[in-house]
Amino acid sequence: MTVFRHELRQGRMTLAIWIASLAGLLAVCIGIFPEMRGQMEGVSALFASMGRFTAAFGMDRLDVGSLTGFYAVECGSVMALGGAFYACLSGVSALAREERDGTAELLLTQPVSRPRIVSEKLAAVLAQLAVMDAALLCLALAAIRCIGESVPWREVLLLHGACWLLQTELACVCFGLSAFLRRGGAGAAMGLAAGTYLLELIANLTDRAGFLRYLTPFAYCEGADIVAAGHLDTGLAALGLAWALAGVAAAYGWYGRKDIR
Amino acid sequence: MDAIRTEGLTKFYGQIRGIENVSLTVERGGMFGFIGPNGAGKSTFIRTLLGLVRPTAGRGEVCGLDIRRDRERVLARVGYLPAEPSFWPGMRVRDVLRLCARLRKKDCDREAERLCQRLELDPSRRADQLSLGNKKKTAIVCAMQHEPELLILDEPTSGLDPLMQRAFFDLLRERSERGTTVFLSSHILSEVRQNCTRAAVIRAGSIAACGPVEDLARAGARRVTVRGRVRLDGLAGVRDWRAAPDGAAFLYSGDMDALLAALAAGEVQDLAISEPDLEEAFMHYYGEGGGADDRFPA
Repeated sequence: MTVFRHELRQGRMTLAIWIASLAGLLAVCIGIFPEMRGQMEGVSALFASMGRFTAAFGMDRLDVGSLTGFYAVECGSVMALGGAFYACLSGVSALAREERDGTAELLLTQPVSRPRIVSEKLAAVLAQLAVMDAALLCLALAAIRCIGESVPWREVLLLHGACWLLQTELACVCFGLSAFLRRGGAGAAMGLAAGTYLLELIANLTDRAGFLRYLTPFAYCEGADIVAAGHLDTGLAALGLAWALAGVAAAYGWYGRKDIR
Repeated sequence: MDAIRTEGLTKFYGQIRGIENVSLTVERGGMFGFIGPNGAGKSTFIRTLLGLVRPTAGRGEVCGLDIRRDRERVLARVGYLPAEPSFWPGMRVRDVLRLCARLRKKDCDREAERLCQRLELDPSRRADQLSLGNKKKTAIVCAMQHEPELLILDEPTSGLDPLMQRAFFDLLRERSERGTTVFLSSHILSEVRQNCTRAAVIRAGSIAACGPVEDLARAGARRVTVRGRVRLDGLAGVRDWRAAPDGAAFLYSGDMDALLAALAAGEVQDLAISEPDLEEAFMHYYGEGGGADDRFPA
């Protein structure tokens, strides 16, 4: 597990910064809820009058005046979008940065097989996501306690679980992409995160674009749907898992025979 | 069992030639020079041996192990010094050395410390902030600390000052005396001439010549210096022509009778025909069509 430990050590500062940033945003969101609740009647009326955009953000199915609704819309968006960016950047750089930084020659001339390197790097990416999600969950639970609310356990765990799935899917897809790249793919990674988020918004705006939900992991991470249904859309989640497996398979298939220049 | 043996090893990057039909044998022990200018295919040959790139055709063995099938076992026996080493950000030299040792599942602390002292390398410094010379020293320790059977060194002395180059070659000689095979890729001919017993010349992706270093210098062309007036128009095998006020000097690799006949037709006051040194031989091998008939058994 030398490569795994090395990857964790290399990524620890970036991980800490992302956790601190997302945790800060999450804490602020939760912290302002008690004050927001008093003004929510007006806000809810405002949100309800935004037509299609209300549906796009799932606010037509939730009461944003309740902690559950507020958490699903505000905190869910922060975690899903922020986590998606981190997952994409983390996945896309895992293999490609060795060639970008010129360290591939040193790493790949040690007596370690390429599939093993791929495995340990993938494990490191997934472990870092798990650490981030665990940290954000703990922070969220503590913050809800701090504002004197009782924790809506089922909804919170489902929302965090969905975010973890979304990040895993995007990280695996970007990890597969990373095997094909020789330079950093940060642009592609951020484009994928932002693009799939936009697809979800478009799919919510019009029924004619509903098929886009099959292309974006944000579809099964939609807070309004999760809270309303009380469970994840298993079909969409399974589709996401299939995308993730395809990304991982591409990484093993291509990186094993890739020419390192 | 040879240290390196390749048969028809070929690598094309799409349409671009890397190496073509390289058949080379490097016997165990001693120091072997691999000479060629930039772009000749030296690094591609090395990268193919180490499994960094997949050969398009041909086969190769390192320490008796197939380079495709036994890649990890090959790498376990080899120490490799890249031409332009880079290290992971934020790591100290000591961390880089330990990482490489752990990847080999070996404890190399004592040997790493000894090598750092010999090369005057401070292991507490940040590896990614080192000068080229110190990066090279770090990579040298990485390549040597596990005491491999075969050292493959790609342009090893670039960035090292002359004193450090001497210390480095002293280390190589010590290792060579203990049985390590050293494969030294370089375009610095003096390095090869002073340190290697055998060498191969690679030109445009193919081996132009291979053999003992003295034979390579002797082979093919002769340095001809003429004082007087001669006309050599149309004489095949003349290259590196240098006109002087009272004559000319050139490398000649053609038919000697034809040269003597051409000289006899002129007014020759003085004539010297000598073996070129390795630098001149190198120019001969790299000239247009040079080296075509200069193959030695590898």
